[in-house]
Amino acid sequence: MQSLGPSHDPAPSRLSYRVQRWMLTPGIRLGLRIGVPGLVLGAAVAAFFLTGDRVAQITGKIDDLKAMVRERPEFMVELMAIDGASADLADDIRAALPVDFPASSFDLDPDAMRDTVAALAPVESARVRIRPGGVLQVDVVERIPAALWRSWSGLSLIDAGGVRIARVDSRKDFPDLPLVAGQGADRQIAEALLLIDAAAPLGDRMRGLVRVGERRWDIVLDRDQRILLPVQDPVQALERVIALHKAHEMLDRDLAVVDMRLAARPTLRLTEDAVQELWRIRGEDAGGQDG
Amino acid sequence: MKDLYHSQRLMRQMRRQAMQRGVVAILDVGTSKISCLVLRFDGQGPLSDDNSIGSMAGQSGFRVVGAATTRSRGIKFGEIRAMQETERAIRTALQAAQKMAELRVDHVIACFSGGAPRSYGLDGRIDLEDQVVTEAEVGRVLAACDVPEYGAGREVLHAQPVNFALDHRSGLGDPRGQRGQALAVDMHMLTVDADVIQNLAHCIKRCDLELAGIASASYAAGISSLVEDEQELGAACIDLGGGATGLSIFMKKHMIFADAVRIGGDHVTGDISMGLGIPAARAEWIKTMHGGVHATGMDDREMIEIGGDTGDWEHDRRRVSRAEVIGIMRPRVEEILEEVRARLDAAGFDHMPSQQIVLTGGGSQIPGLDGLASRILGHQVRLGRPLRVHGLPQSATGPGFSSVVGLSLFAAHPQDEWWDFAVPADRYSARSLRRAVKWFRDNW
Repeated sequence: MQSLGPSHDPAPSRLSYRVQRWMLTPGIRLGLRIGVPGLVLGAAVAAFFLTGDRVAQITGKIDDLKAMVRERPEFMVELMAIDGASADLADDIRAALPVDFPASSFDLDPDAMRDTVAALAPVESARVRIRPGGVLQVDVVERIPAALWRSWSGLSLIDAGGVRIARVDSRKDFPDLPLVAGQGADRQIAEALLLIDAAAPLGDRMRGLVRVGERRWDIVLDRDQRILLPVQDPVQALERVIALHKAHEMLDRDLAVVDMRLAARPTLRLTEDAVQELWRIRGEDAGGQDG
Repeated sequence: MKDLYHSQRLMRQMRRQAMQRGVVAILDVGTSKISCLVLRFDGQGPLSDDNSIGSMAGQSGFRVVGAATTRSRGIKFGEIRAMQETERAIRTALQAAQKMAELRVDHVIACFSGGAPRSYGLDGRIDLEDQVVTEAEVGRVLAACDVPEYGAGREVLHAQPVNFALDHRSGLGDPRGQRGQALAVDMHMLTVDADVIQNLAHCIKRCDLELAGIASASYAAGISSLVEDEQELGAACIDLGGGATGLSIFMKKHMIFADAVRIGGDHVTGDISMGLGIPAARAEWIKTMHGGVHATGMDDREMIEIGGDTGDWEHDRRRVSRAEVIGIMRPRVEEILEEVRARLDAAGFDHMPSQQIVLTGGGSQIPGLDGLASRILGHQVRLGRPLRVHGLPQSATGPGFSSVVGLSLFAAHPQDEWWDFAVPADRYSARSLRRAVKWFRDNW
């Protein structure tokens, strides 16, 4: 039988036509396929994190986990062992490395510690490592004092490389170390040590070395005697003096200065008394002859 | 005239945009059906150097990715009568085609058969300035054609230069770059009712689409159903549509005449419906399944249930013989063909060197039509089907789809029209500028 209602219109409505066209637009398709799920996911994640203090909880949990791993006994450092340092230096090193034991090895920075230790004056080189068994091992090579240096700022120990190690209050604390003085002496300490070796035959007559004008050395003996050495080849000059001394006991005589600055013309300066005495003897000789 | 020129240029621009996007919809707004194809252009194949259609008949550049056909609504004689209805029908077809293509289409090229198309032959002649034919000279000679008074309320649908003559040499397809003294052009101009175009444009705009081109359905049918040598040597294509029968005459690969008879298959259906007293849908079914134009003795014995749903047993069990149906159909088909004959005679088709006639369109499927047509129109009659194009579904390969297929060929390789050449008005300033430059060059 005939249907009485209005027949169905097969044509799409304007709205459905437009919606279909939107859906076929590449941008909107992409947006729906990627943008909307992404947005929903993002919103869900944001909602999860924005409710309550979830962020704090999660970061707290992460910190706890980190701490758990970090504080396992395998990673804990219990004590510091210092090898190759004197007691004073060891104390200094402990003061320079403020580590509260027990500490986790994750919190320790051996490189920075090594730099800190190596920056200390008496330390020539240092090695810091964490030894199995929870020991922070600090291996130190100390600088060996080679001489005492008297400068404007006082008396200090220096090593063979000329590096100041420490201040010294009194010369008497290190009686066996040679004494050098004068500006720039620390930069030529190796030469000074050679001279001191060469001056060994002088024994304990030698008081020390003085750097003059930052260019040459004087050897100061007791009785205010001085040996002025040249800039070039001071050791040979000193050996010549010592040879003269051995042959003629020159330095035991009443000399004030042995001037070796000109190798071709070594010069002796007598003391005042010796000069008077020389003049007297010469006068006597002359008088005797006259008389 | 001027704003039509501009609107046609705008449509060309739209077409270029559509080519860049690579997707365009082809819409055939017919009286009985609206069919829509969605074409995807994957890049143009190289155009042939001479003006011929290239390999694969020039349609290798595109592919049909969506096709839909829907029953037409609100259209009579190929013209829109009820705009809302037509808009809905266009929307239905487009939506289905877009759905099949899974592409959004923004540009549409449409064709229609109504609007009382009228052909004019124009010619123009100019003397060349530089003895060389340039693009600007072509534009100038096209502008020099004296346009006849085609009447107010009508618009130019096609204005195609079909022949150029340079001095005494005629039959040039492309005179550009050639040397000569005088350039003459023959142009074919087709005008239709402006309101019909406006209505169609409005309907398409209401569907959120841009009109990228508009063509006459009989022209489009000729492009697809005439084979290359028929187009070259001269042939007429008769598109037996639902509400109007279009005819187009081709020669040297150009349309030189087009017309439409405002009778079509719907009138045959109407005759059956009136003659047998049955609804139009049933009459259409009987025409499609049992129609014909040659009655034989066997047709008297073939009885057709014509049905009815009144509830009256006698009325609902009526039967007619097929011979009766043929007796109703034949006079109307003869009338259509006689009318076409008259139009062809008026166009001077008898004087064509080749008088091939190709019947296409949905009405050409009537059994025995070719025999009847050859008796009325002439001996060289064949039934035409549209060219095969890539991706066209099997359901759209029938003769009823020759105009939509032809329109897609037209979309891929449009014929040069008047508005593809530069406006001569703005050429004037260029010429004076060139003169100034020339003066400078001569004097300095």
